[in-house]
Amino acid sequence: MLAKTPPIPSGTPQPDAEPASAGRPASLARRALRNGAVRLGGSTLVMLVFMAMAAPWLGTIDPTAIDPASGNLLPGARGEFNSLAGQTFQHLFLMGSDSLGRDIWSRVVYGARVSITVGIAVAALALAGGIIVGLAAGYFRRLDGVLMRVMDGLMAIPGILFAITLVAAWRASVATIVIAIAIPEIPRVARLLRSVVLTIREEPYVEAAIALDTPPLKVLTRHILPNAIAPLIVQGTYICASAILVEAILSFLGVGMPADIPTWGNIMAEGRIQFTQFPHNVLVPGVFLALTVLAVNILGDGLRDTLDPKFSKRGA
Amino acid sequence: MLFFLLRRIAATVPVLVVVALIVFLMLRLAPGDPAAAILGDNASSAAIQSVRTQLGLENSIPVQFFQWSARLLSGDLGESYFLKQSVAGLIAQRVEPTLSLAALTLVFTVLIAVPLGVLAAWRHGGWLDRALMGFSVLGFSIPAFVIGYVLIWAVSLKLGWLPVQGYARLEEGLLPWLRHLILPAITLSIIYVALIARVTRAAVAEALTEDYVRTARAKGISEAGVLMRHALVNAAVPIVTVIGIGIALLIGGVVVTETVFAIPGLGQLTVDAVLSRDYPLIQAITLFFSFIYVLINLLVDLSYLLLDPRIRY
Repeated sequence: MLAKTPPIPSGTPQPDAEPASAGRPASLARRALRNGAVRLGGSTLVMLVFMAMAAPWLGTIDPTAIDPASGNLLPGARGEFNSLAGQTFQHLFLMGSDSLGRDIWSRVVYGARVSITVGIAVAALALAGGIIVGLAAGYFRRLDGVLMRVMDGLMAIPGILFAITLVAAWRASVATIVIAIAIPEIPRVARLLRSVVLTIREEPYVEAAIALDTPPLKVLTRHILPNAIAPLIVQGTYICASAILVEAILSFLGVGMPADIPTWGNIMAEGRIQFTQFPHNVLVPGVFLALTVLAVNILGDGLRDTLDPKFSKRGA
Repeated sequence: MLFFLLRRIAATVPVLVVVALIVFLMLRLAPGDPAAAILGDNASSAAIQSVRTQLGLENSIPVQFFQWSARLLSGDLGESYFLKQSVAGLIAQRVEPTLSLAALTLVFTVLIAVPLGVLAAWRHGGWLDRALMGFSVLGFSIPAFVIGYVLIWAVSLKLGWLPVQGYARLEEGLLPWLRHLILPAITLSIIYVALIARVTRAAVAEALTEDYVRTARAKGISEAGVLMRHALVNAAVPIVTVIGIGIALLIGGVVVTETVFAIPGLGQLTVDAVLSRDYPLIQAITLFFSFIYVLINLLVDLSYLLLDPRIRY
C-alpha cells in the first residue's frame, strides 16, 4: 500500500508545482477510492467516527461519573458502580477505571468525539485562513510582501509553543484551543494557495476573465480556487492528523481542554501519575490516539498519491 | 559573497520583528484585560493595576510594542511573576539539559535516518523501503509521550536497564549523563527519523536517476562509492534543509519529552510556567525558541554554500 508512494520531489518548496487537473468533486472521489491507502485509512476513520457517534450504546456509562469505591480497577473487572447521584448498577470496566473510579473505556469512547471534532474544526479553520491569505497574497500583489512576511514570522514560531502561549493568554476553552492549533497551520496553506494563484493567473482564461472586468472575488473563487481543490484536500487531511496530536499533547501538558472534558490527552495526563502501577490508563487512550492519527495520515498519503502526485508531504 | 552573507543575515531581521510582534499581540489581543488574564481570577484590583502599569497598558498599542521591544533588545526579557527572578537567568539555568537532549537526538537521528534513507532509495520498492515508509507514517502518528511511557515501562521498569526518569549533569560524568538521556533521545528522535529518512530517501532516489550516477557506475565505481560520493552528496541540500525545518518538531517534542522523563530543562520550565500562569516566562521562552529556530535555519541556508559548490549567490 505504501510502496506505491512516488519519490517526494525534494525538500525544497516548489512554487512552480503544477496544480493537479481541476476535477469535479465526484471524479476526484472516484479516483481516490481506487487507492488502497485511501480505503484502509478511510474505513478505519469511518469506524472511529461511528464509534464516537454511537458512544452511548457501546457499553459506556457517563464518562465523568465518579465512584471512588471502584477506583483503579484493572481492565475487564466487573463491579458495582455507585454514582454520586445515588444510582447503583453493575458495570463491566472493559478497560479498567482511573483513580476516581471513572470508567476508562467510556472516557476513551467519548474522548473520540472531542479529538475528531477538534481535528476537523482545526482543518476547516486553517484551510479557510490559508485560502484567504494565499488568495489575497497571490492576487493583490501589493499585499503580497506584507502578508508573506507575516506568514514567515508565524512559521518561525514552533507550533506547540504558539499554542501554549495563546492558550495561556486567552484561557483554555474549546474555541481557544481550536484557534491556537489552527493559526500555526495557516502559513503552509497560504503558501500553497499563493503558488497556485501565481501559476494560474497567467493562464489565458484568467486573463480573459480579468479583461472582461470580472470582479476579483469572482475570478478567485470561480477560476483560480478550483485548481487548488486537490492539494487543499490533501493538506487539510494532514492538518487534521496533526491537530488531533497537538490537542492531545496540549491536554497532556495541562494547557489543553478544560479538565472536566474527557479527552484522550486529559485521560493520559491524569493517568501518568500512576503510570507505573496502572499503565492501561495511559496506554488505552494512547493506542486510540495513535490509531486515529495513523488512519488520517494513511488517508492523506493515499489522497496525495491519487489526487496530487506532485505535491510533497511535509516539504517547505 | 560577503555581500550575500550580510544580506541573508539582514533578511532574518524582519522575520524576528514579526515574531516579536505576533508574540506581543497574543497577549494584547486576549479577550478582556490582559493584566487580569495574566493574574487569574483571584487577583486583587491593586495587583491588576500594578501589572497594568508594568505592561504599560495605558499607552497605545504601537507605543507599548515599541517600549516592549526596546526592553527586549537591551536583553531584558522581563521578570517571572511566580519565581520572582529574571527570566533570562531562569532560561540560562535550564539550557544545558535541553541542549544535551537536543544534541543527542540530532546525533541519533542523523546516524539512523540518513543510512536508512539511502538504503531505501538504493533498493527502491524493496522490503527495507516499504518497511521504512510504513515506519515513517507510524512515526508521524504516535505521540512522543506514548512512546516515552512505553519505553520507560519496558526498558526501565521491566528490564531495569536504565534509570526511570531524571537527569544527570554532564559534570557528574559522561556515563550517568548518557544513561539518563538515551531513552528521552530515542523518544524524541522517532518523529524526526521518520521525517528525515523520508526526505533522504526521496532526494537520494532522485539523484540516482541522474546521468552522473550512470557514468559513475559505468566507470566501475563500487555501489557504496556511488551512493556516498555521488548520490548522497548531491542530495545533501534537501536533507540539510529538512533537518533545519524539523527543528520546530524537535522543540515541540522537547517540551513533551522533558515532562515525561522529568528532565529539568527548558521544556519543563515551559510547562511549569504554564501551570503557574507565569506569562512573562512563557512569552520569553517562546521568543527564545523562535529565535533559535530562525538562527538554525539561517545556518542551514549558509551551509548550502559549502554543500553545493554550484550555489553561488
